[in-house]
Amino acid sequence: MYSKKPIHLNPFSRITEALKELGSIGAMFLETIHQTFRKPFKLNYILKQMEFIGVNSSVIVIITGVFTGMVLALQSYHGFRKFGGEGLVGATVALSMTRELGPVLTALMVTGRAGSSMAAELGTMRVTEQIDALTVMALNPIKYLVVPRVVAAFIMLPVLTIIADFVGIIGGYIVGVKLLGINEGAFINKIIKHLDLEDINNGLIKAACFGIIFSLISCYKGFYTSGGAEGVGKSTTEAVVFSSVSILISDYVLTSLMF
Amino acid sequence: MEDVAIRIVDLQKSFGEQKVLDGINLEVETGKITVIIGKSGGGKSVLLKNVIGLIKPDSGEIWIDGVETSNLAERDMNSIRMKFGMLFQEAALFDSMDLFDNVAFPLREHTKMSEKEIERAVEERLKQVGLSGFSEKMPSELSGGMRKRVGLARALVLDPEIILFDEPTSALDPIISLTILDLIKQTQTYFRKTYLVISHDILGMFRIADKVAMLYDGKIIEFGTPHDIKRSSNEATKEFLKATKIPGFAGGDL
Repeated sequence: MYSKKPIHLNPFSRITEALKELGSIGAMFLETIHQTFRKPFKLNYILKQMEFIGVNSSVIVIITGVFTGMVLALQSYHGFRKFGGEGLVGATVALSMTRELGPVLTALMVTGRAGSSMAAELGTMRVTEQIDALTVMALNPIKYLVVPRVVAAFIMLPVLTIIADFVGIIGGYIVGVKLLGINEGAFINKIIKHLDLEDINNGLIKAACFGIIFSLISCYKGFYTSGGAEGVGKSTTEAVVFSSVSILISDYVLTSLMF
Repeated sequence: MEDVAIRIVDLQKSFGEQKVLDGINLEVETGKITVIIGKSGGGKSVLLKNVIGLIKPDSGEIWIDGVETSNLAERDMNSIRMKFGMLFQEAALFDSMDLFDNVAFPLREHTKMSEKEIERAVEERLKQVGLSGFSEKMPSELSGGMRKRVGLARALVLDPEIILFDEPTSALDPIISLTILDLIKQTQTYFRKTYLVISHDILGMFRIADKVAMLYDGKIIEFGTPHDIKRSSNEATKEFLKATKIPGFAGGDL
């Protein structure tokens, strides 16, 4: 039997909620920019976050970069061999890494590592009233908590991406030249011929944008946590999911604008 | 400073349909301990957060030291907040810092004191709350009572005019509660600052309060000395007092 109760479905309520949230993130972004350029500058806070986001993520980014480069070489080798184009493997790896996989995979890995921790840390600070304590001390919590994280992510993501690009190409070289026997000269020459500085630069611009996107979303989710330990868990999950999805969507938008 | 440190006039605050504060009128005297008693979830914390500007009221006025603060911009509110110290319910110590840095934090951010002067001031505050020698401990290594003592040291370190206490004895055993209450009383007697305390621990509060306000149903239904409150004929107050009586035990005979 069907229930006789009328079903109230409001398709707009979810959309309005999402738009509201987008507006709040935008407001937080503006306040973050405002506080970034307002004295006093909290340089030691930024350096600490740069260490956490950048230095401490380097191992995971290197592993991701090397294996991505290696598998790219392996896959493209089997394809190119069919028409004798093995020499293009190097260029394929280099272009894929610098333009696309370097920035995107780095951003996704750092989101999983640092974004989740930002949301959890700020969320815990919210539910234990540490953020309120800053406000009561007449200090702006955005300046002390959000600015250092966003600025550090903005600076460190391009640095990590450069590392990922570099080790990715090395990984491709090891598999292509050392394991599959592609001619070393052809491998390197094709990279030099096809890879422009612009490819690398655009990848780094993307990385910087991803840095802002994931850190802002993660801080936002943590900053506005409610509901105790459960709320912190929810914020952390949402931070990673929303950041990752936003990175992939904005990647398409940025790519279509750049190349 | 005038005689009334905080004057609250007809303060109203609702969350959605729920009316939490329904016309609060209260005067907090300068240099005294005023305690607001009320049941859990009755809006005490909301009232305190309105005073310090963490929540904006729907209507009504809050006068702090002669300035109406309910509609102040954040920057002006911050200069009002400099008059305040606050001890949070769970102390709200920054858990990324050790005790020394926690207590030193307001000094480093708001004063131009040298590290040496800061060290002296922090050690003195930690000594006052009985925790000298603990300055390198992290907040996670401390018990709840110790954390509250550090929270009190941090609240006092800038010599604020008004100190707010959010449930200072909740989640503590009776003996630790007593030491915290004694510490509140001692520091107040020593510094003569204005203390505003919210709590549901009515017996504990009678030990320290100069004035007691009963918050019930979103209103202040009684205001007077602890002595007045004990003799109250108000039904809600009597019920609250009755619930704390344990016949035959200390505190049962009020």
